[in-house]
Amino acid sequence: MTRFGVFKSAIFAAALVPAAALAYGFYTNDLTANPIDYITDTTGYTALSLLLLSLSITPLRRLTGRNELIRLRRMLGLLAFFYACLHVSTWLVLDWFFDFASMAADIVERPFITIGMLTFVLLIPLAATSTTGMIRRLGKRWQQLHRLVYLAGLTAVIHFWWVVKADFREPRLFALALSVLLGFRAWWMLRSRLPLRS
Amino acid sequence: MLIKKPADIPYSEVTPRGLYLRRREFIQAAAAGAIGGAIGLSPLAIEGLHAQARTKLPNVRKSPLSTSETVNSYDDATGYNNFYEFGTDKADPKANAQRFVPKPWTIKVEGMVKSPATIDLDTLIKPFALEERIYRMRCVEGWSMVIPWVGFPLADLIKRLEPQPSAKFVEFTTLLDPSRMPGQRYPVLQWPYVEGLRLDEALHPLTLMVTGIYGETLPNQNGAPIRLVIPWKYGFKGIKSIVRMRFTDKQPRGSWEVSQAREYGFYANVNPTVDHPRWSQATERRLGEFRRRKTEMFNGYGEQVASLYTGLDLRKNY
Repeated sequence: MTRFGVFKSAIFAAALVPAAALAYGFYTNDLTANPIDYITDTTGYTALSLLLLSLSITPLRRLTGRNELIRLRRMLGLLAFFYACLHVSTWLVLDWFFDFASMAADIVERPFITIGMLTFVLLIPLAATSTTGMIRRLGKRWQQLHRLVYLAGLTAVIHFWWVVKADFREPRLFALALSVLLGFRAWWMLRSRLPLRS
Repeated sequence: MLIKKPADIPYSEVTPRGLYLRRREFIQAAAAGAIGGAIGLSPLAIEGLHAQARTKLPNVRKSPLSTSETVNSYDDATGYNNFYEFGTDKADPKANAQRFVPKPWTIKVEGMVKSPATIDLDTLIKPFALEERIYRMRCVEGWSMVIPWVGFPLADLIKRLEPQPSAKFVEFTTLLDPSRMPGQRYPVLQWPYVEGLRLDEALHPLTLMVTGIYGETLPNQNGAPIRLVIPWKYGFKGIKSIVRMRFTDKQPRGSWEVSQAREYGFYANVNPTVDHPRWSQATERRLGEFRRRKTEMFNGYGEQVASLYTGLDLRKNY
């Protein structure tokens, strides 16, 4: 394996640590007095972190000039989706145990759940079109479609913000990180549209 | 080699983990204490290390007001806490309150009361016989526990303090000391924490001043040395580590109400029909159970307390 291959595998393994820790904690009955909330919080937090990490690849690549970083982007995005799936399944199975009436009411009436669900729905087409075959088939439209991730990042941060009762330190940190990451893109877009000055 | 299983060691003889982890400090403190003792200093450091030691409370009566439901484990009740003075994560209070020393402790009684005074806690609680009350505890976040509190009715204390006829409310305040309560170094809520009750709510026989839990002294993370428990209200009304009681004719504003008045009201009665603006209050998860259960009006204490609120619009007065 190349050195970068080892690096990539290490990141993959590190990203699976939260899931492994949850599985181990579940097995040893050590997930706090409220395991369902703990699993929900951990999977959601990890999903959001990985989503922002995937959004940091392009800026990092441009700033460092290390083009091989692009090979991490899909993996991070899919890992974020993996944790988002765990997060939504926790809600569906552990929290409500398929009580569809209550869940539907929650999606309609609770803005933080509405926007959380929207985030998940936004991620589905992105994960579904992440294969090399799909990238080739969609061509230019692939890139257009995958700009949805900017919106998903935004709705995910709002979702986190709306869950919190009083301590906004963490949501604020995520909001700041997202602003920086989207700020880079906005700046580059503006610059590319402005005429070059000599 | 034959490894024997440890014999049944009574829980009281097991060194608490926090204390065990600090055993070196203990030895140092003990040494310092010995030296200090020799030269006439009080070995306060040693007392500090014992603050979190579990002590059984003597002569605790059972109460007919207890529920017969299954009690949550000691670890649930003392390891999963909302006590923002020691951090906002549920595990923070237990982790950060170990070194807190809830003594000496005084309570300032002020406002519309016969004789305002600052009273030493031991003196204040001495006249009252302790009883165990096993109550349901419903958190505004949607989870609940069953906890065996030890304490005495707040009504007994208030009657001794003799509020003036003009007093309509009583306001409680938590200790403000960021050096001992690290959570107060960041303005998550308005510090010090404040909560209040209408005087008739405070005088209700279910309202309990709590100094113990599971037959033992109250751990710091649960609000040592003295806290309030009002079982028909959301948990946040049960103010912890109380240092002040003020009798007043104006409705007090609690810290949560100040932080988000639309979400947390003065009454905060458990009510499955009035939702928190961001989540439903119709169901709750009893810790230790898998399926959600239906939340009961006034947390199941309606028979005793509903009459307090006759004619009051509970939708507006949430």
